[in-house]
Amino acid sequence: MQLITCPWCGPREETEFRYGGQADLAYPADPSALDDEQWARFVFFRDNPEGAFAERWCHDAGCRRWLRAVRDTRTYVFAETRPYGRTA
Amino acid sequence: MTRVDGYGRIDRTRTLSFTFDGIVRTAHPGDTLASALLAQGVTTLGTSVRLGRPRGVLGSWTEDPCGLVQIEEPFPEPMLLATTVDVVDGLVARGVPGRGRLAEVADTARYDHRHLHCDVLVVGAGPAGLVAAREAARAGQDVVLVDDRPTPGGTLTGTEMIDGRPALEFVDAVAAELAAAPHVTHLQATTAFGHYDDGFVLALERCGEGSDPRQRVHRIRAGRVVVAAGAFERPIVFEDADRPGVMLASAARDLLHRHGVLAGRVVVVFTVDDSAYAAALDLHRAGAAVRVVDARAEAPAGWARRCADAGIVVEPGTDVRGTLGDDRVRAALVGEARREVPCDLLLVSGGWNPTAHLFSHVGGRLAFDDELVGFRPAGDLPGTAVVGAAHGTYALADVLREGAAATGSATDAPHAEPEEITPRGTLWRTPGDPARQFVDIARDATVADIARAVGAGMTSVEHVKRYTTIGTAHDQGKTSGILASGITAELLGRPVGALGTTTFRPPYTPVPFAALAGRDRGDLYDPVRTTPVHDRHVALGAEFEDVGQWKRARHYPRPGEDMAAAVLRECAAVRGAVGMMDGSTLGKIDVRGPDAGVLLDHLYTNLMSTLKVGRVRYGVMCGNDGMVFDDGTVLRLAEDRFLVTTTTGNAAHVLDWMEEWVQTEWPDLRVRLTSVTEQWSILAVAGPRSRDVIGRVFADVDVSNEAFGFMTWQDTELDGVPVRLARISFSGELAVEVTVASWYAADLWDRLLAAGEPWGITPYGTETMHVLRAEKGYPIIGQDTDGTVTPHDLGMAWAVSKKKTDFVGKRSFARPLNADPQRKHLVSLLPTDAATMLPEGSQIVDLPDDGLLPPPPVAMLGHVTSSYRSAELGRPFALALVRGGRDRVGEVVAVPVGDQLVAVEIGDTVLVDPEGARRDG
Repeated sequence: MQLITCPWCGPREETEFRYGGQADLAYPADPSALDDEQWARFVFFRDNPEGAFAERWCHDAGCRRWLRAVRDTRTYVFAETRPYGRTA
Repeated sequence: MTRVDGYGRIDRTRTLSFTFDGIVRTAHPGDTLASALLAQGVTTLGTSVRLGRPRGVLGSWTEDPCGLVQIEEPFPEPMLLATTVDVVDGLVARGVPGRGRLAEVADTARYDHRHLHCDVLVVGAGPAGLVAAREAARAGQDVVLVDDRPTPGGTLTGTEMIDGRPALEFVDAVAAELAAAPHVTHLQATTAFGHYDDGFVLALERCGEGSDPRQRVHRIRAGRVVVAAGAFERPIVFEDADRPGVMLASAARDLLHRHGVLAGRVVVVFTVDDSAYAAALDLHRAGAAVRVVDARAEAPAGWARRCADAGIVVEPGTDVRGTLGDDRVRAALVGEARREVPCDLLLVSGGWNPTAHLFSHVGGRLAFDDELVGFRPAGDLPGTAVVGAAHGTYALADVLREGAAATGSATDAPHAEPEEITPRGTLWRTPGDPARQFVDIARDATVADIARAVGAGMTSVEHVKRYTTIGTAHDQGKTSGILASGITAELLGRPVGALGTTTFRPPYTPVPFAALAGRDRGDLYDPVRTTPVHDRHVALGAEFEDVGQWKRARHYPRPGEDMAAAVLRECAAVRGAVGMMDGSTLGKIDVRGPDAGVLLDHLYTNLMSTLKVGRVRYGVMCGNDGMVFDDGTVLRLAEDRFLVTTTTGNAAHVLDWMEEWVQTEWPDLRVRLTSVTEQWSILAVAGPRSRDVIGRVFADVDVSNEAFGFMTWQDTELDGVPVRLARISFSGELAVEVTVASWYAADLWDRLLAAGEPWGITPYGTETMHVLRAEKGYPIIGQDTDGTVTPHDLGMAWAVSKKKTDFVGKRSFARPLNADPQRKHLVSLLPTDAATMLPEGSQIVDLPDDGLLPPPPVAMLGHVTSSYRSAELGRPFALALVRGGRDRVGEVVAVPVGDQLVAVEIGDTVLVDPEGARRDG
């Protein structure tokens, strides 16, 4: 079981967190302007890189805050975690 | 008796009594079941699983593949190793034919969990682990030291010298130092059975029979893990080597020094490794007649000389091909001529396998070392060090140095004399009949089985393992796994290093489920949530159902009533007079802030921001995919405050969903979300006389329809306690939901029940609620929907705003699939016989002309989602999702029930009071 560093609470066990999929997928400013395929890509399609991947996690059993993590999909190692929406 | 005076760490001043196979026997504290039985000459413990061949013990600890016993007392446990069962007074055990029997009585012992955090975890209290722990402790670190045997020392027998004194004195001194050191936790009889990410190790402590807890799982989070788990000797495969009396050389040595048991009087030692000579000399000293057969061309000079001095015959350059005996071995068959050499104990050493499991668990790679003739850890893993025999380092002086270097400096290592090292031989098996050469004696799997696997084209040891079952027993191939790799490699003509080993996975040794469960069983398995009115339901004789973790009153049967009768009575009461239900489990979320309305407009399909204070609106929430995932009512409490209700089972999920949007997508919204599910209790008073009941309890409230209209709420007080009344109906009847702080809910329940007495107020449960709502066509999200259903499918286009430019799910409604007229719609089904109750989940098909279900494939039109008996309609009815259902109202389709086809008529969802006349009384 991995340790994940919550930006608010510090290192906590993985089971306290909920995975929230790929990060930085902004809700479209005007969904009605998208064609069906563009909309379907937003709703259903996600990247699956080998290597660094920006992800959303929620510290569900802790502070209940969302965080943005960069994790290596080959090693599972977290390169960084920070409050969601913050750039630093 | 084969107990030898002057040997062993057992307490001979005390005698324990135990029973094996119905015979009462004695043992001493410190004995295992295996040592106690061997001490009394019992060498055959059971029979093998497939072929029924006699089985004794091969090893002396967890590596043993065959000495399985069934424990009957103190608590029935199947398939424990006799070598790992400590004898306690009153122990009752018996040998098993390869498998045991699960307990049929409840385990009343307690099992527990404990969390440990440390700088360094050392696994193994042999020489390497003890020194590593000592150095870490001296450096002031938080140390946890675990070791699976009852006492520290590992494979040290006491014959070795460390720092100029007998090794076990050294062990005692280190243990004493650790005991006195602050920040050191030293646990014996504790097996580290799994190693996971970031220094997380699970260990099982056996606290002793009769202890509380009986066993404890330690969840250890360590900054560094030092694996000093030692090594296991492996046998050599030859014909009939599965016979009792064939034993690992190290096991015989261990039995002698640990338990004072001489496992045989006439001993043949068959080896390709120097270490077996120590066993030969030790057993000779203890009184056995010993002969050594060394398959290497030359015997190691130093050991040969010592053997010669002791009068032990050493035969190099030959091997053991088989055994003779009935149950127990009577002779070894030596060399190509199969010369009979009498013996009652045949010791084997094919070399050693480093116990690198805890290194492999976290992805550590093992590589074959030709010099070592074994797989050893290759490369480094951050945070994990492997030292001593687990690392393939066997010479004691080197072991001590590695232990010291792991946590301190090698220069601080205790001293031991260097040892003679001669090249090890590589020998997986000797020539013979492959069908009688057992590789995994726990599985009765032979060289012939491996040959069959290879003949079938398998080239991976993982495939061979699964085909032959080698390494899949309780011991997970501790002695057989590498043999299987070696023999497979030979058969394939490839180097064993290229073939590798099968993957080591947790647990290292079997772990009882009871220990893993710990205290989380019975009442503590899962939290139980009860409403503040729960006691009242119990007193009324309610039957409960589980909704998530909630206990909800399902119905209130009177004497002689079954559920169907009770629900019909409760339904009739609500439709005919008045009923009351505890709705406290409804999810409640307080949404507060200047932008609360904006958020709700985003998340509900309809407009919420236009809702006026004092009013209530029903709303549906969808995901981005446009599928319904929750519904409920929204009360506007103030300009900047709403109370959102959710379905009982979905409350936490809806709050999470709202939080997710607020935190990740619209962080600028000034809004706060708070769960108030447990703070507020809701009692629903429903039925044409509900106005009378409410009017009587709240005398100063004008309950007329004009003053208190449908879908409005108002606050009042009851003896100074704030109460909220809301005209919300989930039954179609005139109804008021009464909300009060949960402290007062039980009292409110009593008052409403008393006030309703003149009209026969009837408590009703969730089953009745379901029937009443289904009669009105109100869907239950999660029962009538399954995540593929849109509001339009439910006939709720009216709840989808056309004014809002966007809301979550809106864009998906414009996808062509959503306009498909063949989507499944929610409809009602009325069996034309007016009698059949359709099972929920039943499939719906077209009604064939002959009324008979055609052979498959049969096109499915949909399925029954809800099905009840209706008191109001006087017949059963159902809700269903049916392909193009709304366009087929009035048509007759069929539902297979058992081997019958039941004709059903598709109808509109609202079966009772379609005009909605009743809601205002």
